[in-house]
Formats: sequence, C-alpha cells, structure tokens
Amino acid sequence: MYRLKIVTPVKVFYDDEVNSITAPGKLGYLGALTGHAPIITTLQPGLLTVRNHLDTISEMAVSGGFLEISNNVATILADSVEYLSEIDLERAQAAIKRSRDRIKGLYTNEETDQDRSAKSLARALNRVNLASRLKN
Amino acid sequence: MPTLQEIKSRIRSVKSTRQITKAMEMVAAAKLRRAQAGATQARPYANSMSAMLKSLAEASTGDISHPYFEEREIKKRTLVLVTSDKGLCGSFNTNLIRKAQHWLDQFSPSEVDLVLIGRRGADYFRRREFQIVANYHDWGGQLNYTTARQIVAFLTGRFMAKETDSIHLIYPRFVSISVSKITNDTYLPIKKPAQESVQAGSAKQYIFEPGPKEIYSELMSSYVLTTMVTVLLDSFASEHGSRMIAMGAATKNAGELIDNLSLTYNKARQTKITTELLEIVSGAEALKA
Repeated sequence: MYRLKIVTPVKVFYDDEVNSITAPGKLGYLGALTGHAPIITTLQPGLLTVRNHLDTISEMAVSGGFLEISNNVATILADSVEYLSEIDLERAQAAIKRSRDRIKGLYTNEETDQDRSAKSLARALNRVNLASRLKN
Repeated sequence: MPTLQEIKSRIRSVKSTRQITKAMEMVAAAKLRRAQAGATQARPYANSMSAMLKSLAEASTGDISHPYFEEREIKKRTLVLVTSDKGLCGSFNTNLIRKAQHWLDQFSPSEVDLVLIGRRGADYFRRREFQIVANYHDWGGQLNYTTARQIVAFLTGRFMAKETDSIHLIYPRFVSISVSKITNDTYLPIKKPAQESVQAGSAKQYIFEPGPKEIYSELMSSYVLTTMVTVLLDSFASEHGSRMIAMGAATKNAGELIDNLSLTYNKARQTKITTELLEIVSGAEALKA
C-alpha cells in the first residue's frame, strides 16, 4: 500500500492509499506496486488505472503530465484527469474536429501552433477512445 | 448654511453613490469567491511541480543544463508588473506601482524594459521614461490560458534571444481577503535547485523515462507556464479582495455621510419651522394690539 496523489492545475484530484497503479508512461504503460524504485517519467495521453487499498479499480483518462515515485509516494502532475464515466464525449469529438481543422490549416488567419494542435488532438482522441471503450 | 434644497439634493446624490458602491462590493465579493478558489486550488499543483523539479535536480548527477537556468551577465532586465485593468480597488494599484517604481529607481532607463499586465500600470508608465515592450490588458479579471501562454511565450522568447538577461515579476501574492503581499520574484533565469552533495549510497537512484534531459525540457516549459498562471490567479484574487474591502469602506462612509447630512437637514428644517411659527405668532400679536 502506498500513497497516490493526482494533482491538476485546477484541483487535487485524488489523494489516497492505493495498492497499484498503471500509468501511460512516455515509453509505454508502466505498473507500480508498493515499494517501487524511485522513478520520474513523463506521461502521454492514455488510461490510468488505479487499484485502491480496498482493491476497487477506478479508471481515468489522463492527458499527459509527470509521474514521480519515491519513498512510497506517487505523485502525478496531470494536465487534466477525469474518470471515464465523466468524459464529455461531444466536447471531445468537437475538439477532435477543431484540432484536425487546425492541422489542415483551415484557420490560417489566427495564430495556430501545429505542435499544440497535435497535442490537443491526441488528448481528444484519447478521451473518445477510452469513453467508447467504456460503453462497449 | 446651505439651503434645505441643497442638503436634500446632496443626500440624494450620496445615496445613489452608496447604492453603486454597495453593488460593486457585492459583485467583487462574488468574483472574489471564484478567484480565491482558483488561486488556492492552483497552489498544490505549483508546489508539487517545484518539489518534482527539486528531486529531479537532486537525483540527476552530473551537469543539468537547460536554457532557463542560464545565468549570464545582466545587461538588460525586464520587469513584469501585474496590476488591474480597473480602478476603484483602494490602494491596490498604487502600492504595486510604488513598489515597481522604487525597484526601477536603482537602474537607468536603458537597463530595464517593462512588460505590463493590466491597464493601470500601463497608464502610469506610459508617461515615464522606461520603455514598455508589451502590455496585456482587458481580460476582465479572469484567467485566460491562451493569454497566459502568449505572455509566457513572449517572455521566454525574449530571454532565449538574449534580448533580456533577467526577468523580474512584481505582483500581489494573495494571502487572505484583506491581505496581499506585494512580491518581487525572479522569473527567469530559474534558480537552479540546489544539488545536494551526493553522499555515496544515500542518493536515491532514480529511473528516468525517457531521459533526464527530455523530462527537464518538458518540466521546465510546464513550470514557467504554471508560475505565470499562479501569479495571475493570485493577482486576480487580490484585486477582487481589495476592491471588495474598498467598496465596503466606501459604502460605510456614504452611510455616515448620509446620517450627518440628515441631521443637518432636520436641524435646518426645525429652525425654519421655528422661524415661521415665530413670524405667525408675532404677526397675530401685532394684529391683536
């Protein structure tokens, strides 16, 4: 059992004892049990699975950030997190469309940052993928 | 002694002023609640990020280098001053501007340029000798990530292009509704977290994925944005707090003024009635005689 803190710019999203987590690391998914070696990694958009101290599993969509584990404390600094059931599918789909249009260069008049558009596309795709997975 | 009519219209005008200040106080209170929540909820993220930066620095042995750490000889400084767009918030802007001016007095105008966030600061410094390179305003006291990102991009861009060697921030740090501490921080270069002398064996052996360098570059760009966002949120919360208190005081003062004026009005009215009575009575007496 160890402590997991998920912090977003808007609020402290999660702060509890957990048994294990599986997080979307930059180089692939990684699982962490109690007593994991110290690690710092960046996260990519993906599925974050948390098994808390009562062995209840909760799944959330995370859209990038950082994970640090040391001394049996895991800290996730996430750009945004939400439980799969709370994903706003319509909004995510609208975001996909918007970022695709941006990337295609439909909005040439406003300042568009290709890198940021690609990232926001990845985030939105992740949300839609995970949300539809929940439905099936 | 003003006439009754004059006092009456004076009372009316103070009453309508009180109504306005009362309304502004309530609006500020509502905005403050949101801004305060924003400011306090953003803190854990900023703190965790500093903590992570620190452990990253402690853990990565050897040289850590990132352009944002680079301390070079300071030829040119940039001052970022955060003020509000609107007035009527007590001494909020005055204090900020005074602090900025005080700091600027150490340097000659060619050594410092200004980035002003908020209209009030711009209004003051427009007529001064320091050069204003950018001014951001009109975002209604609410955080707008796009603008925050633009500010950060502008500042880091200037720093990287060596157009400035040191960026300072003067902003009100939100402590409580009535207290905000005017703070002067260095934004860039970021002070390198102390790499504690690594004692053999005791140093935590971190695993880095992908590598320290990549993590640094991502963490740093998040860090500068987070810092800016925190600063702006603090400033908004302080502004609304300050306005709420200023308007509360104004409402109270207006109330006192009305009381005093009413007293004067009633006294004058009484005097008038007495005089009239006297006239009538003496007139009647004269007729009787």
